[in-house]
Amino acid sequence: MSGKETGLEPLVDTTISVITNDGRNIVGVLRGFDQTTNLILDECHERVYSTKSGVEMLALGLYLIRGDNVAVIGELDDDLDSQIDFMAIRAAPLKPITH
Amino acid sequence: MLFYSYFKTLMGMQVTVELKNDLAIQGTLHSVDQYLNIKLENTRVINEDRYPHMRSVKNCFIRGSVVRYVQLPAEGVDTDILHDATRREARGT
Repeated sequence: MSGKETGLEPLVDTTISVITNDGRNIVGVLRGFDQTTNLILDECHERVYSTKSGVEMLALGLYLIRGDNVAVIGELDDDLDSQIDFMAIRAAPLKPITH
Repeated sequence: MLFYSYFKTLMGMQVTVELKNDLAIQGTLHSVDQYLNIKLENTRVINEDRYPHMRSVKNCFIRGSVVRYVQLPAEGVDTDILHDATRREARGT
């Protein structure tokens, strides 16, 4: 167990949830990445949270997200995700990252 | 390098990472890298009701640049070892 490198290789070809610096939540299939956390996301969509209505999903397609803008990359659990009633969720959008 | 080495000693411990957007994520420290990017397992968002955005996520990668604080268990902090390491680091530069 030498230098523990947090690589993103285990997440390639899996569905991930990305939180960007402007507070957006983008869900898609990770196809590629590099040392600066630039990401290639396939079949992705944005999940827009609102206090007034349910979660809106906006289809995006194939995206490259620049690493500067990436905050969190979550491994999406499909079982948990399918149990969520998105129309019932009311939440404020995430705040942007302020340095 | 000092904090990278220090975090490696904390692997397997439960920590809470507070991000610069005020989101706080608790989880088991799985790994860390030279940029102090952090991978957490069995994650739970603090104030889950306010932040349902990560409900389907149990393992996550947090970019080092967005971390504000890493809250550590007291058992993980050996101040003597940290003092020694800091002195060595200061001497080196």
